[in-house]
Amino acid sequence: MFRVTDKPIDLHELVDCVTDPEAGAIATFIGTTRNNNQGRKVIALDYEAYPEMAEKELARLGEEAKKKWQICRMAIVHRIGPVQITEPSVIIAVSAAHRDAAFAACRFAIEEIKKTVPIWKKEVYEGGEIWIGTQSGQPLNRS
Amino acid sequence: MKVKVKLFAILRERAGTAEVTKEIQEGSTVADLWAALQQDYPKLAVPGIRLLYAVNQDYVRPDCVLKNSDEVVFVPPVSGG
Repeated sequence: MFRVTDKPIDLHELVDCVTDPEAGAIATFIGTTRNNNQGRKVIALDYEAYPEMAEKELARLGEEAKKKWQICRMAIVHRIGPVQITEPSVIIAVSAAHRDAAFAACRFAIEEIKKTVPIWKKEVYEGGEIWIGTQSGQPLNRS
Repeated sequence: MKVKVKLFAILRERAGTAEVTKEIQEGSTVADLWAALQQDYPKLAVPGIRLLYAVNQDYVRPDCVLKNSDEVVFVPPVSGG
Protein backbone atom coordinates (compact mmCIF):
# COMPACT_ATOMS: atom_id res chain seq x y z
CA MET A 1 0.00 0.00 0.00
CA PHE A 2 1.61 3.23 -1.22
CA ARG A 3 -0.88 6.05 -1.14
CA VAL A 4 -1.55 9.72 -0.67
CA THR A 5 -4.85 10.59 0.99
CA ASP A 6 -6.76 13.64 2.15
CA LYS A 7 -8.20 11.63 5.06
CA PRO A 8 -6.60 10.97 8.47
CA ILE A 9 -4.14 8.07 8.27
CA ASP A 10 -4.96 4.89 10.19
CA LEU A 11 -1.84 3.29 11.71
CA HIS A 12 -3.62 -0.02 12.21
CA GLU A 13 -4.47 -0.23 8.53
CA LEU A 14 -0.77 -0.01 7.67
CA VAL A 15 0.21 -2.55 10.31
CA ASP A 16 -2.43 -4.94 9.01
CA CYS A 17 -1.12 -4.39 5.50
CA VAL A 18 2.45 -5.43 6.36
CA THR A 19 1.53 -8.23 8.75
CA ASP A 20 3.25 -11.35 7.47
CA PRO A 21 3.70 -14.85 8.95
CA GLU A 22 7.40 -14.73 8.11
CA ALA A 23 7.95 -11.45 9.95
CA GLY A 24 9.46 -11.26 13.39
CA ALA A 25 9.29 -7.47 13.54
CA ILE A 26 7.16 -4.58 12.36
CA ALA A 27 8.73 -1.12 12.54
CA THR A 28 6.54 1.95 12.14
CA PHE A 29 7.33 5.62 11.75
CA ILE A 30 4.78 8.35 12.30
CA GLY A 31 5.64 11.84 11.09
CA THR A 32 3.52 14.36 12.96
CA THR A 33 2.95 18.07 12.43
CA ARG A 34 4.48 20.32 15.07
CA ASN A 35 3.62 23.79 16.19
CA ASN A 36 6.97 25.43 15.58
CA ASN A 37 9.76 25.57 13.01
CA GLN A 38 13.02 27.51 13.24
CA GLY A 39 11.71 29.62 16.09
CA ARG A 40 8.43 30.53 14.45
CA LYS A 41 5.02 29.52 15.71
CA VAL A 42 3.24 27.36 13.13
CA ILE A 43 -0.54 27.59 13.30
CA ALA A 44 -1.47 25.34 10.37
CA LEU A 45 0.05 23.07 7.74
CA ASP A 46 -1.09 22.25 4.27
CA TYR A 47 0.36 19.48 2.10
CA GLU A 48 0.08 19.25 -1.67
CA ALA A 49 1.15 16.36 -3.91
CA TYR A 50 1.45 15.38 -7.52
CA PRO A 51 -0.58 12.37 -6.49
CA GLU A 52 -0.03 9.92 -9.36
CA MET A 53 3.72 10.41 -9.32
CA ALA A 54 3.97 10.57 -5.53
CA GLU A 55 2.34 7.16 -5.22
CA LYS A 56 4.59 5.78 -7.93
CA GLU A 57 7.68 7.17 -6.16
CA LEU A 58 6.55 5.79 -2.81
CA ALA A 59 6.13 2.35 -4.39
CA ARG A 60 9.58 2.69 -5.92
CA LEU A 61 11.02 3.38 -2.46
CA GLY A 62 9.43 0.12 -1.36
CA GLU A 63 11.16 -1.70 -4.22
CA GLU A 64 14.50 -0.04 -3.41
CA ALA A 65 14.18 -1.02 0.24
CA LYS A 66 13.52 -4.63 -0.74
CA LYS A 67 16.77 -4.66 -2.72
CA LYS A 68 18.76 -3.25 0.19
CA TRP A 69 17.32 -5.19 3.13
CA GLN A 70 15.57 -8.45 3.73
CA ILE A 71 12.14 -7.12 4.45
CA CYS A 72 8.76 -8.74 3.98
CA ARG A 73 6.44 -5.84 3.23
CA MET A 74 6.32 -2.07 3.34
CA ALA A 75 3.41 0.36 3.39
CA ILE A 76 3.53 4.16 3.20
CA VAL A 77 0.62 6.58 3.38
CA HIS A 78 1.12 10.34 3.17
CA ARG A 79 -1.58 12.84 4.03
CA ILE A 80 -2.34 15.82 1.78
CA GLY A 81 -4.48 18.89 2.31
CA PRO A 82 -4.75 20.68 5.66
CA VAL A 83 -3.30 18.74 8.59
CA GLN A 84 -3.92 19.87 12.16
CA ILE A 85 -1.02 20.29 14.57
CA THR A 86 -0.18 16.91 16.25
CA GLU A 87 -1.84 14.84 13.51
CA PRO A 88 0.18 12.33 11.47
CA SER A 89 1.30 13.63 8.07
CA VAL A 90 2.96 10.36 7.07
CA ILE A 91 3.03 6.80 8.38
CA ILE A 92 5.46 4.08 7.29
CA ALA A 93 5.23 0.42 8.31
CA VAL A 94 7.80 -2.25 7.49
CA SER A 95 7.78 -5.92 8.37
CA ALA A 96 10.88 -8.11 8.31
CA ALA A 97 12.13 -11.39 9.70
CA HIS A 98 14.47 -9.42 11.98
CA ARG A 99 14.27 -5.98 13.55
CA ASP A 100 17.49 -4.53 12.12
CA ALA A 101 16.15 -4.69 8.56
CA ALA A 102 12.76 -3.32 9.60
CA PHE A 103 14.27 -0.31 11.38
CA ALA A 104 16.77 0.38 8.58
CA ALA A 105 14.17 0.23 5.81
CA CYS A 106 11.80 2.44 7.79
CA ARG A 107 14.54 5.04 8.27
CA PHE A 108 15.49 4.84 4.60
CA ALA A 109 11.90 5.44 3.52
CA ILE A 110 11.36 8.61 5.55
CA GLU A 111 14.72 10.07 4.51
CA GLU A 112 14.01 9.41 0.82
CA ILE A 113 10.47 10.81 1.05
CA LYS A 114 11.98 14.10 2.14
CA LYS A 115 14.32 14.17 -0.86
CA THR A 116 12.50 13.07 -3.96
CA VAL A 117 8.80 12.33 -3.58
CA PRO A 118 6.72 15.14 -5.14
CA ILE A 119 4.94 16.30 -2.00
CA TRP A 120 5.12 19.85 -0.66
CA LYS A 121 4.43 21.32 2.76
CA LYS A 122 3.25 24.84 3.38
CA GLU A 123 3.61 26.23 6.88
CA VAL A 124 1.21 28.97 7.91
CA TYR A 125 2.38 31.39 10.59
CA GLU A 126 0.70 34.32 12.19
CA GLY A 127 1.08 36.93 9.49
CA GLY A 128 2.59 34.78 6.78
CA GLU A 129 3.05 31.46 5.08
CA ILE A 130 5.90 29.68 3.33
CA TRP A 131 6.48 26.62 1.16
CA ILE A 132 9.11 24.49 2.86
CA GLY A 133 11.85 22.68 0.96
CA THR A 134 15.49 22.71 0.06
CA GLN A 135 15.69 20.24 -2.84
CA SER A 136 18.63 18.54 -1.18
CA GLY A 137 18.11 15.24 -2.95
CA GLN A 138 18.54 13.86 -6.39
CA PRO A 139 16.30 11.12 -7.71
CA LEU A 140 17.73 7.65 -7.28
CA ASN A 141 19.36 6.33 -10.41
CA ARG A 142 17.00 4.42 -12.65
CA SER A 143 18.32 1.42 -14.45
CA MET B 1 2.79 19.74 -30.98
CA LYS B 2 1.27 20.26 -27.58
CA VAL B 3 2.31 19.26 -24.09
CA LYS B 4 0.48 19.51 -20.77
CA VAL B 5 2.26 21.22 -17.89
CA LYS B 6 1.06 20.70 -14.33
CA LEU B 7 2.12 23.19 -11.69
CA PHE B 8 2.28 22.54 -7.98
CA ALA B 9 2.93 24.35 -4.71
CA ILE B 10 4.92 27.58 -5.08
CA LEU B 11 4.92 27.38 -8.89
CA ARG B 12 1.14 26.89 -9.03
CA GLU B 13 0.62 29.89 -6.78
CA ARG B 14 3.02 32.08 -8.72
CA ALA B 15 1.54 31.19 -12.10
CA GLY B 16 -2.00 31.48 -10.78
CA THR B 17 -2.94 28.23 -12.53
CA ALA B 18 -2.47 24.50 -11.92
CA GLU B 19 -2.34 23.41 -15.54
CA VAL B 20 -1.15 24.87 -18.83
CA THR B 21 -1.30 23.43 -22.34
CA LYS B 22 1.65 24.69 -24.32
CA GLU B 23 2.39 24.57 -28.04
CA ILE B 24 6.06 23.73 -28.62
CA GLN B 25 8.30 22.94 -31.58
CA GLU B 26 9.46 19.44 -32.46
CA GLY B 27 12.72 18.68 -30.69
CA SER B 28 12.05 20.99 -27.76
CA THR B 29 13.57 19.90 -24.47
CA VAL B 30 12.29 20.21 -20.93
CA ALA B 31 14.69 23.12 -20.43
CA ASP B 32 13.33 24.85 -23.57
CA LEU B 33 9.80 24.46 -22.25
CA TRP B 34 10.78 25.92 -18.87
CA ALA B 35 12.33 28.95 -20.59
CA ALA B 36 9.18 29.44 -22.70
CA LEU B 37 6.90 29.14 -19.69
CA GLN B 38 8.83 31.79 -17.83
CA GLN B 39 8.15 34.10 -20.76
CA ASP B 40 4.41 33.44 -20.40
CA TYR B 41 4.46 33.58 -16.60
CA PRO B 42 7.34 35.79 -15.47
CA LYS B 43 6.58 35.11 -11.80
CA LEU B 44 7.65 31.48 -12.32
CA ALA B 45 11.25 32.71 -12.27
CA VAL B 46 11.82 32.17 -8.54
CA PRO B 47 15.30 33.40 -7.66
CA GLY B 48 17.62 30.56 -6.62
CA ILE B 49 15.02 27.81 -6.94
CA ARG B 50 16.33 24.31 -7.68
CA LEU B 51 13.92 22.31 -9.79
CA LEU B 52 13.63 18.66 -10.63
CA TYR B 53 11.93 17.69 -13.89
CA ALA B 54 9.36 14.99 -14.52
CA VAL B 55 7.86 13.76 -17.77
CA ASN B 56 4.92 11.35 -17.64
CA GLN B 57 5.56 10.87 -13.92
CA ASP B 58 9.23 9.91 -14.14
CA TYR B 59 12.15 12.13 -13.27
CA VAL B 60 14.17 13.16 -16.33
CA ARG B 61 17.12 15.40 -17.09
CA PRO B 62 16.49 18.90 -18.42
CA ASP B 63 17.83 17.88 -21.85
CA CYS B 64 15.02 15.32 -22.26
CA VAL B 65 13.33 15.84 -25.65
CA LEU B 66 9.55 16.15 -25.42
CA LYS B 67 6.92 14.30 -27.43
CA ASN B 68 3.40 15.30 -28.35
CA SER B 69 0.96 15.18 -25.40
CA ASP B 70 3.65 14.57 -22.79
CA GLU B 71 2.75 15.54 -19.23
CA VAL B 72 5.50 17.72 -17.82
CA VAL B 73 5.98 18.78 -14.21
CA PHE B 74 8.57 21.20 -12.90
CA VAL B 75 9.13 19.96 -9.38
CA PRO B 76 9.92 22.69 -6.86
CA PRO B 77 11.84 21.70 -3.71
CA VAL B 78 9.93 18.83 -2.11
CA SER B 79 9.10 18.78 1.58
CA GLY B 80 7.07 15.70 2.36
CA GLY B 81 7.31 13.88 5.65
